Amino acid sequence: MSELIEFTAAEAAARVRARDIDAGELFEAYRERAAGDELNAFTWVAPESPTVTADGPLGGVPFAAKDLFCTEGIPSQAGSRILEGYRPPYTATVVRKLSDAGAPLLGKTNQDEFAMGSSTENSGFGPALNPWDRARVPGGSSGGSAAAVAAGLAPWAIGTDTGGSIRQPAALCGIVGMKPTYGACSRYGMIAFASSLDQAGPLTRDVTDAALLLSKMVGRDVLDSTSLEFPGEIALPRADDLKGIRLGVPEELTGAEGGVEPGVRKSFEQTLALAEQLGAKVEPCRLPHAPHALSAYYLIAPAEASANLARFDGVRYGLRVGGEAGLTEMYNRTRAQGFGAEVKRRIMLGTYALSSGYYDAYYGTAQKVRTKISDDFRAAFERFDFVVTPTSPWVAFELGAKTDDPLAMYLNDFCTVPMPLAGIPAISIPSGLSDGLPVGFQLAGPAFSEQRLLEAAFALEQSIGFDGSPARG
Amino acid sequence: MLDRDQVLHVARLARLELTDPEVERMASELSHVLDHIEKIRELDLTGVAPTAHVVDAAGPLRADEPVECLDRDAVLAAAPAPVDGGFGVPSPGQAPA
Amino acid sequence: MAEYEPVIGLEIHVQLQTRTKMFCGCELSFGDPPNTHTCPVCLGLPGALPVINEQAVRYATMIGLAFECEIARRSLFHRKNYFYPDSPKGYQISQYDEPICRGGRLDDVRIHRAHLEEDAAKLEHVSESGRIHGAERSVVDFNRCGTPLVEIVTEPDVRSPEHAREWLTLLRATLKALGVSDVDMSQGSLRVDANVSVRRVGTPELGVKTELKNMNSFRFLERGIKAEVERQVKLLKSDGAVELETLHFDPATGNLTPLRSKEEAHDYRYFPEPDLMPLEVSDDLFASARDALPELPAARADRFESELGLPAARARELAFRGELGDYFERVVAASSDGPTPSELANWIPQLVERIGSDADPASSRVSPESIATLAAMVHAREVSRDAAREVLTRLVSEGGDARAIIETEDLGALGDDGALGEIVDRALASDPSAAESVRVGNERALGPLVGYVMRETKGRADGGEVRRLILERLGAE
Repeated sequence: MSELIEFTAAEAAARVRARDIDAGELFEAYRERAAGDELNAFTWVAPESPTVTADGPLGGVPFAAKDLFCTEGIPSQAGSRILEGYRPPYTATVVRKLSDAGAPLLGKTNQDEFAMGSSTENSGFGPALNPWDRARVPGGSSGGSAAAVAAGLAPWAIGTDTGGSIRQPAALCGIVGMKPTYGACSRYGMIAFASSLDQAGPLTRDVTDAALLLSKMVGRDVLDSTSLEFPGEIALPRADDLKGIRLGVPEELTGAEGGVEPGVRKSFEQTLALAEQLGAKVEPCRLPHAPHALSAYYLIAPAEASANLARFDGVRYGLRVGGEAGLTEMYNRTRAQGFGAEVKRRIMLGTYALSSGYYDAYYGTAQKVRTKISDDFRAAFERFDFVVTPTSPWVAFELGAKTDDPLAMYLNDFCTVPMPLAGIPAISIPSGLSDGLPVGFQLAGPAFSEQRLLEAAFALEQSIGFDGSPARG
Repeated sequence: MLDRDQVLHVARLARLELTDPEVERMASELSHVLDHIEKIRELDLTGVAPTAHVVDAAGPLRADEPVECLDRDAVLAAAPAPVDGGFGVPSPGQAPA
Repeated sequence: MAEYEPVIGLEIHVQLQTRTKMFCGCELSFGDPPNTHTCPVCLGLPGALPVINEQAVRYATMIGLAFECEIARRSLFHRKNYFYPDSPKGYQISQYDEPICRGGRLDDVRIHRAHLEEDAAKLEHVSESGRIHGAERSVVDFNRCGTPLVEIVTEPDVRSPEHAREWLTLLRATLKALGVSDVDMSQGSLRVDANVSVRRVGTPELGVKTELKNMNSFRFLERGIKAEVERQVKLLKSDGAVELETLHFDPATGNLTPLRSKEEAHDYRYFPEPDLMPLEVSDDLFASARDALPELPAARADRFESELGLPAARARELAFRGELGDYFERVVAASSDGPTPSELANWIPQLVERIGSDADPASSRVSPESIATLAAMVHAREVSRDAAREVLTRLVSEGGDARAIIETEDLGALGDDGALGEIVDRALASDPSAAESVRVGNERALGPLVGYVMRETKGRADGGEVRRLILERLGAE
């Protein structure tokens, strides 16, 4: 049984289609492992193996989905007590597409509440643990998905990325994570955090798996007005060099201001050297407004979230408290009890940023900064194919190390936040270890450059040769 | 720079009941975050249009054709207080605020 | 003579007659069991997203064109944030500072703007007798939630409660002619709020306005506005000040009561709806809206005047109420030579008087052909005008055929000059002082003399003919 989990998803899919391995056995192997999860990576595991067909391009290889994806009849809680036990009457489009492509649902994974956080410590159901060191966080908000894939509890998983929530946990757990172009994947059925930033994406063991999973996730959805036609089909990458590729290194994100740890810095520079050996041209580039991306993000995202979370009012679903005391009390108490501290903070921040007299100064200004950031990237992409940075300024930190200071926690996103603001895609691949903990390398490209990103990431990945496994117990 | 009254006002808008210690903590935490965020107001952004939508394209509109809706049992399944096919709630004292 | 004049603006919500809701494919319905036409979107379930209904955009464009508005080829939806059980998302998707329609006018009232938004759910209050503690209960039905609405806001050009009623009647006829709504106030597909203020006559400044909400008919609205104007004038005359507030008018008692306590104005925290792209009205959509415009009441009034020769006031009266204009045109179609359209038109108010001003003539027992017949017979002097009116009264209550009633009741005109002349002589003999008055030129004294003859002939005499004979007899002209 245990060899089954050694295959990457793409390998397993190929073998299932070739009838070398049985899809049902594959599912059961993972299901057992997931059921025995000690990392608190899962919030729900399939109680039994479904009749798995070997049909479909994804070859019956099961996937794990972040808790916030609506899955009909299955708990979808977005990591929050206000939705504890909530079973939606419908399924998210992206999940449906994957099922239609032959990938059955293995389980739902733990996350920071409503995707707000970078460590999964904000989960209403306890933090997930990093398989590389269980005293440390797996990152967030898709920490459960990252931990599950890194620990071999799931062959692959989907998460969401708003300010870095796929890429950062992927980096901290030594796996691959990708945020596609805004609009590439449907958001229908994704419990919303920040509507103009949220995107679904893959968390996988390698770049090939990411390409395969993403290829079945993208596509315009009539139920999501912000989703777009994806140009062409995503193919499995095959590039073995980076000849002719120009990589831009923004000093604003990689210099002292980002607070990048020495070990991370070292791994980053080693990867740049590798890239040059593969034929890439590496040069500094400028993203003048990138240092303000975090501030803009922490105004726009909470503002949109404050409205998106207003529906959690105890009327139609989820937690209800205080109904006997009147309507206003019901609202106030339900939300006070159901939401965690970080969510409340962001709702307050967002409400304030939109409130009368403050809109122009805060939300209005942030949306202008956003325009400038998009402009900065557009200018950079005239000279460079990709912009590269470390994914996270530091490796996985200890549980509780950053929970006292919200701002310290926000700084986790320093390098990942500019891309969603500009709506552009970015991928994180493991680039090495620092003090025994994984480091991530990020490549960002223009809108709809996913194929080229995957090719470049693949070439680098082959060259880096990262041994992606924490001990698979 | 967010004082207690402002915190209470925003909490009222957001329908969040905060305990007194929470109000104080919120005031200091939010002020701390805002201090950092405030810096964007120093940027020269004259003539810059705000990004309302990161993709500048109009979406196709939906044809006016009925689509199957949810079964009522499914609709009420998660309701905290279903009443005669509807959602029971405490009565609002007055018009929306 | 009045010291103060009312300054009134109207806010109208029109439910559009599309097949599905504004942002989802649930079918519109009325009166069905609760929550049987809902989906994740209109229920505000987590993860649901809105998608704009094309027909709603077409209808909004038609409304804008009918009101001579500027149609924004590109407009934005915004979130209007507030908590209420009838608002499942905790915000309403509406339009804020970039609406689809701006400017425009309908007759003598300017339109400020018109925009698209979604309707709220229905909240029904259920009182639970026997409960000692706790809140009364309400029940929410989401069938209506998400119905497309167009909100129309006028400039404060409405000058009086009567003007409000008249203008709204025209608005209603126009929307009905467009076919975009069934504009039925009793079913809630047309809702009107009024913003009322007063100012000293001759001053340009606007006074503080109050908002009147939740009135169920144009008549109640008229009365409510009247009551509020009176209240404000009285307040100002006693050196009081009008406060910004929202009021409810109870037609049964005539009382105005505040709806909201005097708290701070709502902070709706509007921001552009991130789940929707900017709304673009394509060339095709614009053209299809423009091509779908029927003849509107204002244009119809012009046509009645210029082509059918109706006096302006009559033309407006008939054109501004769709049902009247439609019925009138059927009367014209049923009529051959003889009465002019203008003469035919004069019968419509007679009919309206008898069936009630809110009734539709097409639903009465009087067929357009009957009106045409009556008019023709009066024109040919086969029956007197007064007799014909009596026939009309009969037709209203019993239906039937005009000619048949005249024959049966022997209401035909007295064409025999001799008989009529004899009655005229008797009239003059019965009231010599009146006769003398008329002879010296006092036309007013004709009244009692004509009245005598009409009574004697049971109204069958032709009034004009009677007057002629009297004057002739008296030698007065």
